[in-house]
Amino acid sequence: MALALQQLINGLTLGAVYGLIAIGYTMVYGIIGMINFAHGDIYMVSAFIAVTGFTLLAAFGVHSVALALFVVLALAVLFTSVYGWAVERVAYRPLRGSARLVPLISSIGMSIFLQNLVQLTQGARVKPIPPMITGGVDLLTVDGFTARLSYSQILIVLVTVALLAAFTWLIQRTSFGRRQRACEQDRTMTALLGIDVDRTISLTFMLGAALAAVAGVLVTMYYGVIDFYIGFVAGIKAFTAAVLGGIGSLPGAMLGGLIIGLIEAFWSNYLSAEYKDVATFSILILVLLFRPSGLLGRPEVEKV
Amino acid sequence: MPATLAERGRDAAAAAAIALLLGIPMIGLTTVDQGGALRVQTRWPWLAVFVIAVFCGRWLLRYGLDRLRTRRTRARSDSTGTAARPAPGGRLPGALAWLTFGISLALPLVFSDNRYVIDTATTVLIYVMLGWGLNVVVGLAGLLDMGHAAFYAVGAYAYALLSTRFGWGFWEALPVAALIAAVFGLAVGWPSLRLRGDYLAIVTLGFGEIIRVVLLNGAEFSGGPNGISQIPRPSFFGLPFAPPGEAPTFAAFFGLEFSPMHRILFLYYVILMLALLTNALVLRLRRLPIGRAWEAMREDEIACRALGMNVTHIKLSAFALGAVLGGVAGVFFAARQGFISPESFTFNESAIILAIVVLGGMGSQFGVVLASLVLVLLPEIGRDFAEYRMLLFGAAMILIMIWRPGGILAQREPTLRLAAKDRRV
Repeated sequence: MALALQQLINGLTLGAVYGLIAIGYTMVYGIIGMINFAHGDIYMVSAFIAVTGFTLLAAFGVHSVALALFVVLALAVLFTSVYGWAVERVAYRPLRGSARLVPLISSIGMSIFLQNLVQLTQGARVKPIPPMITGGVDLLTVDGFTARLSYSQILIVLVTVALLAAFTWLIQRTSFGRRQRACEQDRTMTALLGIDVDRTISLTFMLGAALAAVAGVLVTMYYGVIDFYIGFVAGIKAFTAAVLGGIGSLPGAMLGGLIIGLIEAFWSNYLSAEYKDVATFSILILVLLFRPSGLLGRPEVEKV
Repeated sequence: MPATLAERGRDAAAAAAIALLLGIPMIGLTTVDQGGALRVQTRWPWLAVFVIAVFCGRWLLRYGLDRLRTRRTRARSDSTGTAARPAPGGRLPGALAWLTFGISLALPLVFSDNRYVIDTATTVLIYVMLGWGLNVVVGLAGLLDMGHAAFYAVGAYAYALLSTRFGWGFWEALPVAALIAAVFGLAVGWPSLRLRGDYLAIVTLGFGEIIRVVLLNGAEFSGGPNGISQIPRPSFFGLPFAPPGEAPTFAAFFGLEFSPMHRILFLYYVILMLALLTNALVLRLRRLPIGRAWEAMREDEIACRALGMNVTHIKLSAFALGAVLGGVAGVFFAARQGFISPESFTFNESAIILAIVVLGGMGSQFGVVLASLVLVLLPEIGRDFAEYRMLLFGAAMILIMIWRPGGILAQREPTLRLAAKDRRV
């Protein structure tokens, strides 16, 4: 019982992170219909910025965890969204209007590029940072096993919920959100109505990158070790989450992230840690077999 | 209209400002491990070099683009708008293909002592095989498969297990391994029947990862992360390539002096033959009803259904054939390396194969050859500055896509068209 509760907590924490990354995939897919393979690497870039930031602040003698976290979050969001913008500008904008596979290949190239850039400039070795937030709340003890909710897990869930609220408001209520949704529905028509489509797409990429940046900082803080390869695995998982939830659907992305996080946590605890990725992908395949457009996705209507 | 100096300067300055923002966290700052704890190190001179390089690069790019545009506008106004799109060089790829064929036949004769050249050429041919296999699925049938390395792995492991456990030879194992790969192809193809586009992409990607993870963890049959070693090398119709011993060897039989190059050259010709067979097969199939059906389905699946074509068979046959070709390449890979591990069949491998198909121009057989040459030789040339080669590889993928979005040889034409002008049909 306590063990199950613990896995539920771990799974939800992991799922929140996947969900944050998955939103970037799903938004980009919604607006330009491409899989942005470099998105996982954007998240990885943010994790490296976080490590540099935390180390720098510690060197300057900032010992308040709240202040350090806030400053690093702000810096990571700023720099990472510039990365998101640049990736779109360099690798995708020149390809607007070409065949569907072309930007996909370009994004795979961008992903390889970013991974190797970070490996070259920041080194290939694992970067550890000292744990920042320790402690937690003991919830339940059964048969000598204590389920524990750590403060960093609380923080991750709180930040995710707050971001989601802000994000939903941004998409539903602001003029940028309206423009963004309009572009998703019909880019040509939106352009005819005098909206700068390129700008909206750029902002979408920056927004997705900003959410991935927050995920990167949170993961760095939570696990304390990163390397240049984390982007690939997280990216694949988050993309799976986006597809599982129905690609193009924002609540779907979050739901998919949570499901993937829970599957991973429970599977690796009760069955086998080695095969947790197999479980994730198998469940994805099963879901797609019975609901080809994902859990919350609208089925694509084909017109002749 | 050519931009003024000030405009170009502003444009380049904007690019430099972005470069500064991009560069600060990655180039300007880094963390180094110092006695267990990290310490921040600054590299401002490098950052300055980077920003200046971006400024100059952007300026030159802008300048070049403007020049190109004015020249194009002038050329267009000269020709009064009517003519002057050069006819696509229909015969040229044909002649080039024969030339390449000739070179590939003659290559071992010229470089018979140069092991490095032959080895690299063999690698190119493996990728050509893989590319042609995937080309059937992606290029002809239009099904986005991002896990082609899975079939490659299935072929390689099938041969490795058959040969190390049951003592099968290369030639006996080849058709069986191909058959096993085909079964896996059908297993992936089956869920694909209901999926479209990107959903299919993620399912095939997931399938590729599943295969890799199972190989990585199924230690009792696949050797886990250590892989399988001491896989027997192919023999020349029963004559092994070995130093002279008791059993008759290739060198002894033909009265040659033993040389390790014999096997390398033999392997090269084996893969060349396999690749040529593949090419002949695919080109033939494209003219059969099934090949026509693939292309028709790529262009419009709904129309195919409406015409009463069996989409199930079409999709599954494309997947099965792609898998067989990938599997054959895998068998050859295992036999050539003598050692395989899951490391060789990661998603990167699938991405490279997909890149070969798309860079070459989807559906173009010769394009795959060109793209394999580019993608294999690029990292080889870059070996001198080995650290940068994957970086350049990624950048090259983006740049080629920007310059030639249709692939090096853009040939997305149906093989058959009504009232064809040229008699290519």
